[in-house]
Amino acid sequence: MSTTSTKQYLTFTLGGETFALETERVREVIELIPITRIPQTPEFVRGVINLRGHAVPVVDLRLQFALAEVRDTVNTCIIIVEAELEGERLAMGAIVDAVREVFEMDEADVSPPPRMGASVKAEFLKGMGKKDDTFIMILDIDRVFSPEELALVQGSAVG
Amino acid sequence: MHPDDKAALHRQAFLEEAADLVAEWEECMLLLDRGVDPDTVDRLFRAVHTLKGAGAMFGFEDLAAFLHDLETVLDQVRSGERSMERPLVDLLLRSRDHAAAILQGGGSFAERQEILAQMRGFLEQTKAAGEPAGVEEQRAAATEDAVASGAAGPPRLWRIRFRPQTDIFRTGLDPARLIEELATLGEAEVILHDEAVPPLTDLDPESCHLAWEVLLTTAAPEPTIRDVFIFVEGEAAVRIEPVDYEGERPPRLGEILAHRGDAEPAAIEAVLAERKPVGEVLVEAGVVAPAQVAAALAEQRGLSQVRAATATETATIRVPAAKLDALVDLVGGLVTAQARLSQVALEQGLGVLDAVAEELERLTSALRDTSLGLRMLPIGSTFSRFRRLVRDLSAELGKDIVLVTRGEETELDKTMLERLGDPLVHLLRNSVDHGIEPPDERVAKGKPRQGTILLEAEHVGGEVAIRITDDGRGIDADRVRAKAVEKGIIAADMALSREEILQLIFAPGLSTAQKVSNVSGRGVGMDVVKRNIEALRGRVFLASTMGQGTTITIRLPLTLAIIDGLLVRVEDAFFVLPLAAVEETVELTAAARAASAARLIPRRGELVPYVSVREAFGVPGTPPAIEQAVIVRVGDRLLGVVVDTVVGQHQTVIKSLGRVFHHVRGISGATILGDGSIALIVDLPALAP
Repeated sequence: MSTTSTKQYLTFTLGGETFALETERVREVIELIPITRIPQTPEFVRGVINLRGHAVPVVDLRLQFALAEVRDTVNTCIIIVEAELEGERLAMGAIVDAVREVFEMDEADVSPPPRMGASVKAEFLKGMGKKDDTFIMILDIDRVFSPEELALVQGSAVG
Repeated sequence: MHPDDKAALHRQAFLEEAADLVAEWEECMLLLDRGVDPDTVDRLFRAVHTLKGAGAMFGFEDLAAFLHDLETVLDQVRSGERSMERPLVDLLLRSRDHAAAILQGGGSFAERQEILAQMRGFLEQTKAAGEPAGVEEQRAAATEDAVASGAAGPPRLWRIRFRPQTDIFRTGLDPARLIEELATLGEAEVILHDEAVPPLTDLDPESCHLAWEVLLTTAAPEPTIRDVFIFVEGEAAVRIEPVDYEGERPPRLGEILAHRGDAEPAAIEAVLAERKPVGEVLVEAGVVAPAQVAAALAEQRGLSQVRAATATETATIRVPAAKLDALVDLVGGLVTAQARLSQVALEQGLGVLDAVAEELERLTSALRDTSLGLRMLPIGSTFSRFRRLVRDLSAELGKDIVLVTRGEETELDKTMLERLGDPLVHLLRNSVDHGIEPPDERVAKGKPRQGTILLEAEHVGGEVAIRITDDGRGIDADRVRAKAVEKGIIAADMALSREEILQLIFAPGLSTAQKVSNVSGRGVGMDVVKRNIEALRGRVFLASTMGQGTTITIRLPLTLAIIDGLLVRVEDAFFVLPLAAVEETVELTAAARAASAARLIPRRGELVPYVSVREAFGVPGTPPAIEQAVIVRVGDRLLGVVVDTVVGQHQTVIKSLGRVFHHVRGISGATILGDGSIALIVDLPALAP
């Protein structure tokens, strides 16, 4: 237990770039399992998985951030995170290319997200970190899974 | 368990019990409001009395003090010294609210004083009006009442044994208070049992080693006696038995000892067996014939059987709701596991396994129904609160309205019942505020001065129907239409039938009340009701005739947890249709599809419209040459739901899709299949075109 203002992060890759999430928001990492698609939802909302008897929504971050070509490999996995949605903490799954490691970073070393130039919209980022000369984009998980982001649906009646 | 925790637990138990008593109080008041009958007065008195006693015991001294005068007034009503007139009913209702507030940690001192002052006013009135006003008659009436209520029958002797658990002191309960309270019921002879008290050297002064036996001669019925011990249930061994032996003569010593349970009848018999049985002695003496002894013995056996049977009368157990929820969760898990086993059995093709899987399926399904049944509550428990609502609202609005309820015994899932409250309150408010006319207007229209709202519930097939009918002015379709045009909900030149216009009531942002009252009419009305009901997988229907009234019908599934479903497949996606709605399955060939551009399937001489799940849910791929159309009933209409294949029946444990997908139309939830994958549950009403 560290008393200074350091935080633990889980790093992972998406289309060759490195991202991170605060570990306090990460529940677990599971392998890619069959996903049931939900009608009338955007492409990047892949659907729901059965996580020990609960239906957990899964979002493909590669599609959401329109990063690179999406190809499932043995390294592709689902990070189960706790996102805050309308004041309630919900389990959500995020598909990423590969999970790397857990490391600690001093909060002072986190710089604000760049206005432009990053491969991901600035509003999804909490900040930028650096490790061994690699830039790490720290995601704001509540923004990524915000209702506005997820509810990009036609909302039309079916039939 | 830590003593503090235990005390907290007791307090919790008391609060739960008290909530029931307060509810009972309200229900009695509403009954009395419609007419005084001695039974209800009695019930009310008991509720208040128990609340007072228990309140004092659990540190609610304010409550106990508050209830004291009230009890006196009630006692006067009970004994016929005063009548239950309207102002008293109002004051008693107000007192109830105040008592409820105290229990929740509120209740202002000022209000308490005010109520008490009024209460004392009533008490003084009685005193003043006392003696000259035909005391004789009143007394006579009082006895009649008491006899009618059955409360004051002939006095009986009761044997009450009370052995508290040794740690009772740590729960904050004082057993002596209970004994004192018992003594108020009649003539009590108290016998203290101190046999279990250990020698002083071993004595733990914080433990209770005492037991009491009270021989109580009272006219009070058994429930009243039992109520004294209501808060020590589970913490003490309490036995309450009437001491009565058939026949004129007092019983034998052996019988009493056996009856008291102080000696085993077998042991007494063993000792007595050394002597000759009474019967034999009598026969030998030539007093009776052997057959007569046999008959008497048979009679004795019969009597003891009757006693044994009454002793095992059905008892009720109070269980925390969370435990029931946990049980239903577990059963849900079991149902899923069983589905998996059935699938494995099918794949393996082993006869032995099949048999086990089938047996398990039968048991699981029975267990499912039983455990879901545990969560079912009669809807009447919410009705009484509506009676209060209608009473208060109509008084506020200067209207004269009676709420008639029917089908209180209709059972519905607990969760559903809780979430049904708000929509029903809203609908009733609407009826009181907008539906029923003021008394003068009603008279002018030739209607009875008093308006009626009928609230009824019944089981219809696999659903519960709840209807609210008022005999008010009905809905003015022209005004709804004008309003909808004004709010931009419909175009001014849109051709709509009366039925269609009435449905606009459910559109967001439409409120037809001409003036906004604080009862209803803020424009957040019927659309919210409809959404709430739909969230419970239910539907709302509305019918209204100008000048005659409005009927709103809510139809709900019986449970939110587990349903019987029909599993269907489109490409590699699985869907579940609620089986209760399914009528039959017919084939839909490519040729038939091509033949009907209007998307109708012929079925027994009528044409049924159909919807393709593949298209509605955007499942990619091409349909097979022969598709299956599952004919379902949605409301009063039939609908064909076209899928690739029908897999079969499926016990469906409903999982919520959560907030993320609550806007998705046509899907009401998800379920987990035998192989662990997820199938979506189709919301049929939303699918209908």
